[in-house]
Amino acid sequence: MTSPRPQTPAAVPPLLEACGLERRFGAARALRGVSLSVNPGECHLVVGPNGAGKSTLLRLLAGLARPSAGRVTIEGAPLAGDPARRRLIGLLSHQSHLYDDLSAAENLAFAARLYGLPDAPAAVRDRLAAVGLAERASDPVRRLSRGMVQRAAIARALLHSPLLLLLDEPYTGLDPHSSDQVTGLLRGELAAGRAMVLASHDVHEAWDLATHAHVLVRGSWALTGPRGPSLDDFLRSYRAVLHG
Amino acid sequence: MTERDEGRRLTRRGLRISGLGLAGLAAVYLVALRYTPVERFQGLPQKIFYLHVPAAWSALLAFSLVGIAGALYLWLRDPRLDLFAESIAEAGLVFSCVMLTTGPLWGKPVWGTWWTWDARLTLTLMLFFLFLGYRVLRGAIQEPGERARFSAVVGILGMVLVPFVHLSVYLFRTLHPQPIVLKPSEPSLPWEMLRTLLLSVGVYTVLLIGFVTTRYGLGRAAEAEGERDVR
Amino acid sequence: MGDFLRAALAVAAKDIRVEHRSRTALVAAVAFAALVLVIFNFAREPAAVSREALAPSVLWITFSFAGVIALNRSFVVERENAALDGLLLAPVSRSAIFLGKYLANLVFVFTVEAVTLPLFVLFFGMDLTGSLPGIGLTAVLATAGFVAVGTVLAAMTVRTRFAELMLPLLLLPFLVPPVIGAVQVTARLLGGRPVSEIAGWLLILGLYDLVFVTLCLMVFPPLMDE
Repeated sequence: MTSPRPQTPAAVPPLLEACGLERRFGAARALRGVSLSVNPGECHLVVGPNGAGKSTLLRLLAGLARPSAGRVTIEGAPLAGDPARRRLIGLLSHQSHLYDDLSAAENLAFAARLYGLPDAPAAVRDRLAAVGLAERASDPVRRLSRGMVQRAAIARALLHSPLLLLLDEPYTGLDPHSSDQVTGLLRGELAAGRAMVLASHDVHEAWDLATHAHVLVRGSWALTGPRGPSLDDFLRSYRAVLHG
Repeated sequence: MTERDEGRRLTRRGLRISGLGLAGLAAVYLVALRYTPVERFQGLPQKIFYLHVPAAWSALLAFSLVGIAGALYLWLRDPRLDLFAESIAEAGLVFSCVMLTTGPLWGKPVWGTWWTWDARLTLTLMLFFLFLGYRVLRGAIQEPGERARFSAVVGILGMVLVPFVHLSVYLFRTLHPQPIVLKPSEPSLPWEMLRTLLLSVGVYTVLLIGFVTTRYGLGRAAEAEGERDVR
Repeated sequence: MGDFLRAALAVAAKDIRVEHRSRTALVAAVAFAALVLVIFNFAREPAAVSREALAPSVLWITFSFAGVIALNRSFVVERENAALDGLLLAPVSRSAIFLGKYLANLVFVFTVEAVTLPLFVLFFGMDLTGSLPGIGLTAVLATAGFVAVGTVLAAMTVRTRFAELMLPLLLLPFLVPPVIGAVQVTARLLGGRPVSEIAGWLLILGLYDLVFVTLCLMVFPPLMDE
C-alpha cells in the first residue's frame, strides 16, 4: 500500500482556456490547433495579416460560433451549450452593436434588460459617465461621432461587468485622440483585474497595453508568448514569420 | 485515395447509373406504347401517365430527402450531408420540370386545356418553386457554413409545408383523376398497367440515384480542387 | 422561464421602439396596401365581376403583400452595426430572441392589417357588420403561422444579396395554405354562411400556426449557431 500523497491545493484554472481550436468546413480550414490561456489582468494581443483568422478566433472565444474541434472553457467550465456562461464575456468589435435610432442610454438600458441586471438606470448612468458620454447620453447614436460611438460600445460591452473582454480591431476608423481615449479606458479596466484578448492588424496602438503578444498566420500561431520589452524586436520577428 | 479521386470515381459511377436509368426510361417508353393495353376512356394520351406520375413522386421524395438531410446536417454538421442535399435538390428540380412539361402534354388532349389547378399538378408546381428558391438561396450565400445552415432550414420548412399545401389544395376542389393506384381497398389498375407503372417508378428511382451520385461526385471533386484555407 | 420571457419581451419592446422612432417600414407597408387596393379597384371590370365575389381575394392578397413588406424590416435593423451579434452574445437562449422578434413582427403585421381593413371597407363599400369578429379571428389565425416563417426567412435573407427579392421568393409558397383557408372562410363569412362550414378551415389554419411556430422556435437556434 503506497503512502498517501501530500495534499496540494487545487490549481486555479485560467480564466479563459482554449485548447486545440479548429474551425473548418470540408477542406477549408480557418483555424487549426489554436490554444490560448488567459488570466485576469492580462492583455493578449493577437496580430496577423487579413484573413489569418483573428476574427474567427474571437467569435469562437465569444461563443458566437462553435469550433469544429477543441473547446473553450471559462473559469474551468465549457462555454459550449451554456448560455449563462456568456455573461462572463464582453465583445467589442469595429461594429458597434448599437441601434442608430436609439440613444446611447436607451441602447444600454436594452442591454441591461437583456442581461437581467438589477438597478439598471444607475448602472447605465455610471457606465456612460465613465466613458465620458454623460452629456450626449440622450442623443440618437446616429448623431454621435465615430469616437463617441466606440466609447458607447465600450460602455455597452462592460455594462454587465464581464471578467473577459474580447476586442476585434477596436481602433478601426478612430482618430488619434479617440484612440488614446480608448486605450486609456482599457488600461483602467486592466488595472481593475479584467482580462483581455485584443486582435488587431495594427501593432502600435495596443502595444503598451499588451502583456502577451501572439502572431496568427493562416489559422495557426506563428509566434506566441509573453510580450518582450522591445516593439522593434517584435516587429522584426513578425515580419520574419510573414515572409518566412 | 485523395478526395479528388473519390469524387471522380463517384462521378463515373453516377454517370453509369444514369446511363442505365436513361436506357431504362427508353424501355419504359417502349413497354408503355407497345406492351400495355390502351385505357378505355382516355385513349392513347393516357400513356403519358407512366412518365408523369413517377416523376411527380420522385420530386416529392427528393424534397423530403432534402429536408431530412438538412435536419441531419443541423444536428451533425457534416459537410457531406450538405453536398448530398444540394445534389438531391438539383435532381429534384430536373424531375419537377419534367413533370411540369409532361403534365400539360397529357392535359391538353385529355381535358382540352394546357393547365389545370388540380391537386397533383399544383403540388408539383409548389415543389418546383421550393427547389428553385433553395437553389437561388444557395447561390446568394458565399460562406459555405452559412450556406449549409440556411439551406438546411429552408429544406426543413419546405418539407413540412408540403403536406399542408397538399391538404389545402385537395380540399379546394380538383380535376385530376382520382389517384387510381393508391386506393386502399383493391388495386384498381389492371395488372398490365400496374406492372408498367411500377417499372417506371423503379427506373425513375435509378435515374434519381444516378443523377444524385453524379452530382455528388462532381461536388467532391470540385471541393478538392477548390481553395483550401478559406475563412 | 422567467428569464426567457424577460429577454423575449425586451427584444420585442426594443424592435417596436426602434420602428416607432423611424416609422419608415410601417408607413411604407400601409401606403403599399392602400395602393394595392386602388389598383385592384381599377383592375376590375365592374360589369363582369361583382365586388362581393372579388372581395375576399382582394383583401387577402393585399394583406399578404403588405405583410411580406413589413417582415423585411425586422432584420434589416440588426444588420446595421452588426447588432444581431450583440443579441447573440447575451446570456439568453436563441429561441428567446426569435420569440421577441416574432412578437414584434406580429404587432407590425397586425397593425398594417388593422389599418388596411377600414380602407378596404371604404374603397370596396363592403358591409362587414356581423362578420367582423369572424374576419378578425381569421386574420389572426392566418397571420400567425406565416409571420413565424417570415421571421426565420428574414433572418437568413438579410445576409444575402438581393434580400428584397429573396424574401418574397422563399416566403410566398408558405402563404398558399393560409391564403386558401382565409379566402374560403372570408367568402363564407361575407356570404352569411353558418359557422359549421368554416370550422374545418379554421382548424387547419390553427394547426398550421401551431406546427410552424413550434418548428421555427426549434430551428432558430441551430440556424444562428455558426
